[in-house]
Amino acid sequence: MLYKIWMSVVKEFLLLKRDLGGLIILFVMPLVLVITVTLIQDSTFKTVSDSKIPILLVDNDKGSVSKTVFENLEKSNLFSVVTQIDNKAITEDVARENVHKGKFQLAIIIPKDLSTDLQAKVDQNVEKIVSSLGMTDSTASAEPQRIIKEKEVKLYFDPAVQMSFKNAVMSSIDKMISQIETKSIYTTFQNQLGEGTTDFEQKSFITFKEIIPTINNKEVRPNSVQHNVPAWTLFAIFFIVIPLSINIVKEKSQGTFVRLRTNPVSNVVVIIGKTITYSVICMIQFYMMVAVAVFLFPSIGLPSLNIEGHLFLMSVVALFSGFAAIGFGILLGTIASTQEQSAPFGATSVIILAAIGGIWVPVFAMPSIMQIIAKSSPMNWGLEAFYDVLLRNVSLLEIIPEISLSFLFFILTSAIALFYDQKKRAV
Amino acid sequence: MYSLNNVSLDITQGQIFGLLGPNGAGKTTLISMLCGLIKPTSGHFTIDGLDYQHHSSKIKKIIGVVPQEYALYPTLTARENLLYFGSMYGLKGNDLKDKVIETLDLLGLLKFADKQVQTFSGGMKRRVNLIAGILHNPKVLFLDEPTVGVDVQSKNAIIDYLKVLNQNGTSIIYTSHHLAEAEDFCSNIAIIDQGQIFTKGTPSSLIASVEDARNLEDVFISLTGKALRDAI
Repeated sequence: MLYKIWMSVVKEFLLLKRDLGGLIILFVMPLVLVITVTLIQDSTFKTVSDSKIPILLVDNDKGSVSKTVFENLEKSNLFSVVTQIDNKAITEDVARENVHKGKFQLAIIIPKDLSTDLQAKVDQNVEKIVSSLGMTDSTASAEPQRIIKEKEVKLYFDPAVQMSFKNAVMSSIDKMISQIETKSIYTTFQNQLGEGTTDFEQKSFITFKEIIPTINNKEVRPNSVQHNVPAWTLFAIFFIVIPLSINIVKEKSQGTFVRLRTNPVSNVVVIIGKTITYSVICMIQFYMMVAVAVFLFPSIGLPSLNIEGHLFLMSVVALFSGFAAIGFGILLGTIASTQEQSAPFGATSVIILAAIGGIWVPVFAMPSIMQIIAKSSPMNWGLEAFYDVLLRNVSLLEIIPEISLSFLFFILTSAIALFYDQKKRAV
Repeated sequence: MYSLNNVSLDITQGQIFGLLGPNGAGKTTLISMLCGLIKPTSGHFTIDGLDYQHHSSKIKKIIGVVPQEYALYPTLTARENLLYFGSMYGLKGNDLKDKVIETLDLLGLLKFADKQVQTFSGGMKRRVNLIAGILHNPKVLFLDEPTVGVDVQSKNAIIDYLKVLNQNGTSIIYTSHHLAEAEDFCSNIAIIDQGQIFTKGTPSSLIASVEDARNLEDVFISLTGKALRDAI
């Protein structure tokens, strides 16, 4: 039996070796995927981004507020502020049109007289407070207060921008305006209280600080690489479902499967042969992606993947996730009759498993029903195990539940495939 | 409606038994049952005294199967294909390697042993397909149209080799549309149509049984008619 398994493994490797397209899918595409996605997502993890998003600013105010908004936006390093198009000042209509056409992702319209009206409103409020405290200048005459309407800063967003971007921008502008208002209030109070008054401390009293977990007195700071490499490595490993299922479908269409059914060899031997071969492929894929993340990433401006002390456990997780992917591929290949069935179904189902497994959207951010479903995705088990190893520094014992689930998934899918095949085998 | 009905055959050791019939007659169904690929809904058969229900593994060790399609891996070489399928029969080591070389040589393929099967002509593929089914010296060999679509030279090489195998003790059960080939090659023949055995016997006895029949083709036409038998 061992010799039969060995010869099955040799045969599978020979078949893969002679399939250039298959080899590219198995080894090159995952690398392209992990590099591309990590590069793209890197900026969301960085506090300072290299690339700036051009935005339009229509300044109808021409006062201190719009000047502060302009300066803060420029200082943020996230945006480059555009105030003119073709050497002409931008109007609201021009800004709206440009944003709706997708030429710019955002336009900020600062209303007319915002600075003067804000100052007037603050003055009125401060005066009220000061007079209620009996600190009014006795010589000052009581003038009727003019009514100041609320001001509105308009934001135009490109309809194509994502909600997360919109929320982030709105939150930062809201914060900026609050700071301007606060500063105006402080300054007005200072003026009202007269010269010689000690300057108000305008720095925020309450600040916040992220406490980074430490392991062995070293900070474990998550970055795009620590998140992306495990996620996309798993995604790539699961894409093995496609070549594996095609391999099985081809055996059926070529007639070699029929020949094997007449040979004194159990289908278990055939499945073990494929499992060993594709497990080796999974591990090669995994080590290639880790090598790229450790050695190549720093030279293209990405953080290096920190695998210090984690490689063994990461390998264990990769191997068991590979088993889950192989089981699924065997089942799909056994049930599918044609490559036209197995390839698209395989690709689509891997994407679905990735989506519900938290590869794109973290599970905690999903609706509650999806969070329950996510727990049933083999990719989620693998991802959680990878994060446990890389970011939570757990031991083998603590990842046993996740890797056991992956292995059970392999056993279950392989058993269903064998049972299905047994039903189809007549004798 | 059954693919086969009331089929009763007794094929003795050492025979070359031909199953002849028009398209859709039930030849491939019958041979697939005997090879263990299809389960009969009723009835019973044994091979060398063994039945599939209890001795599936034992039967598979003593039978060889040469399917109608080229059941080979196109991107593997002839040698790699044969080493793999030979190992599935339990052969290993030098015995297996020597057997592969010997049979490739006997069928004129040794110099192409390390070429990928996908580069072979139809006749060469048929010969490799045959070798893959006989590496373990089976007691009983099932062949489903082993010479279909090949040139005369390849056909002769295949038939000659099968005769040698038979002389060495292998019983052969084969299906074919080549009636002249069957008449020359088979020791016994059954003509099957609409899932039933119409007649069986030696080629000469079958020819003698039909008035004015000069060869097996005349017997075949007289029993199965001239109507076209396109089958899907």
